[in-house]
Amino acid sequence: MKKIISFLVLIIIFSTCKNETDCCVNLSPITVNLKFTHNWNGVALTAADFNSFKFTTENGETISIERLRYLISNISIGNTIKDYNLVNIGENTGSEITFEEVNQESNLLQFTFGFADEDNIDGVYQDLNSASFNVPSMLGGGYHFMQFDGKYKDTNNQDANFNYHAIRAVDRSDPDNLVFEDTSFKIDLGTIDFTNNATIEVKINIAEWFKNPNTWDLNELNTVLMPNFEAQKLMSANGKSVFSLGEITQ
Amino acid sequence: MNCTSKEEKEDLYTPIPYNLKIPTLFADKLIAPIIPTNNPLTEEGIALGKKLFFDKILSGNGTQSCATCHDPQKAFTDDRQFSDGIDGIFGNRNSMPLFNLAWNFDERFFWDGRALSIERQAFEPVTNPIEMHANWAIVANKLQEHSEYPILFKQAFGTLTIDSTLVTKAIAQFERTIISGNSKFDQFLRGETTLTTEEQNGFDIFMDEARGDCFHCHGSNNNPLWTDNSFHNNGLDTTFSDLGLGAITGDPADNGKFKSPSIRNLVYTAPYMHDGRFSTIEEVINHYSEGLKPSATIDPLMKKVNNGGVNLSAKDKADLKAFLLSLSDLDFINNSNLQE
Ligand code: HEC
Ligand code: HEC
Repeated sequence: MKKIISFLVLIIIFSTCKNETDCCVNLSPITVNLKFTHNWNGVALTAADFNSFKFTTENGETISIERLRYLISNISIGNTIKDYNLVNIGENTGSEITFEEVNQESNLLQFTFGFADEDNIDGVYQDLNSASFNVPSMLGGGYHFMQFDGKYKDTNNQDANFNYHAIRAVDRSDPDNLVFEDTSFKIDLGTIDFTNNATIEVKINIAEWFKNPNTWDLNELNTVLMPNFEAQKLMSANGKSVFSLGEITQ
Repeated sequence: MNCTSKEEKEDLYTPIPYNLKIPTLFADKLIAPIIPTNNPLTEEGIALGKKLFFDKILSGNGTQSCATCHDPQKAFTDDRQFSDGIDGIFGNRNSMPLFNLAWNFDERFFWDGRALSIERQAFEPVTNPIEMHANWAIVANKLQEHSEYPILFKQAFGTLTIDSTLVTKAIAQFERTIISGNSKFDQFLRGETTLTTEEQNGFDIFMDEARGDCFHCHGSNNNPLWTDNSFHNNGLDTTFSDLGLGAITGDPADNGKFKSPSIRNLVYTAPYMHDGRFSTIEEVINHYSEGLKPSATIDPLMKKVNNGGVNLSAKDKADLKAFLLSLSDLDFINNSNLQE
């Protein structure tokens, strides 16, 4: 019995030793924090800036932001991938994601705005259902990419509402035969050399949604945009310049 | 290995853990209900909570229980615009139906979200001067002197000493078992029944951004709670006599915001809205269709406020109502586990 025990102990010691030598050949993996910060043409924007007419769009409308939630998916730093993340600026949730076990090397940082078609599966993400982020099945189901609600001053300087909701574009001309276009898009923020644990800022310029390449006229396009095939394509085009790489600290 | 002395061991009664019976649709579609680690569900805790919920001993003069304003036959609300407390004084809020509370993921209770958990909520009505108007020390004392309660608390919580914290824990356990998930529409979603043409059209209106657009706040087939449990100004007033969430947060941007109620069981829960201003479902639908009132804090989802509302046709209104009624859960109303 004693013999067996010492034998076991030996094996344990032996295997631990082996593990240690193994691990020290490579650089140890690091932790990376992705931080989403928001701005309006360079001026920082947080929940504290909501509910007041303090921003002016490229087209000249003054707006008040009241709700802004968006989804990004397939967030990858090299080989480390997170499936998806919902950012809610008003409630200050989701604006930081931590990646453990990132390889200490040059890694590509990229993600998708919204869900690409293959991930945009109706009703399967319990946390997103619980957050009421779904798209009705009459529009093909799946999830919102962004829910951006607020008010603008119309041409008579009256308050009017906008619901800038981005989803997969759907053409409902024939309700029995919906035609879809995948309006999610990939954001590539380039390759980063990692030498240590790091925090990476991803900057989101909200003003770009109204700006580039399509100057958005809220007097024309304000509400009921989910079933608007053309509006969805315009949003998708404008979204591409919204995200950029900010500060890197490591 | 165990260090407890024999005496202590004899005193120890381990309550039987209780597994919440979660409706399949909830299990499929939603994240797990919230059950605090310091108040796990047990058979004994739930039974005690139920007894307390229906017991008038919790009120100052022994005339009211929680069930006085939260009647199981009315989806745990009452049918009055405002509920009067033991002294006959009326509040300014409509009693709220109680079900699926464990799925209120943000844990903000009351119309204005001022109570931050089910446990904390239960502290309030007992001492509220326009509700049960009692004093916790006196209530705890009455329970302590009672012939049955001390042993029931011992079985549920392992102590003979009764205090307000344990009372609210027991009530909260019972409240978490109040679940409504078997309406006709649930059965439809489970593939067990079909909808009438009117109900189906009503559901489409509810989900259509160009018509009802109710789903952004009141749930959907993918969120079977039929509420977002969040706070909005749905255009009831231009100025506010009740600030709602704004009075709690102190932020004027929250003035006039109230919690979206679940639209399950409407047939049992009239009158409607935080102040019970509407006595019929038709009035509610007319409100969203033509009656919206503008204000600085109105939710942008009340998008057609400048036209009075979403302007539904008479047929669409009737169908929307038919759909809403398909969320009535008779099994829940008749669930014998939830009756006195
Ligand atoms: C006199 C009538 C009355 C009595 C008695 C009463 N309530 Fe209520 N209850 C109300 C009213 C009115 C509201 C809404 C009040 C508000 O929002 O300010 C409410 C709200 C609630 C809520 C919040 C539900 C939600 O979804 O946010 C819970 C939970 C609740 N009551 C539980 C209880 C319990 C437990 C008791 C007994 C200890 C009790 N009530 C006794 C009238 C009453
Ligand atoms: C912006 C979010 C929002 C939208 C969109 C919305 N509601 Fe509501 N609903 C609320 C809120 C908030 C309340 C409670 C308001 C109050 O009492 O002050 C409410 C109350 C109700 C009630 C009363 C329930 C009760 O128990 O008192 C019903 C019924 C209802 N809504 C149905 C609908 C229907 C039908 C639609 C679509 C035509 C709709 N709602 C659209 C937020 C919304």
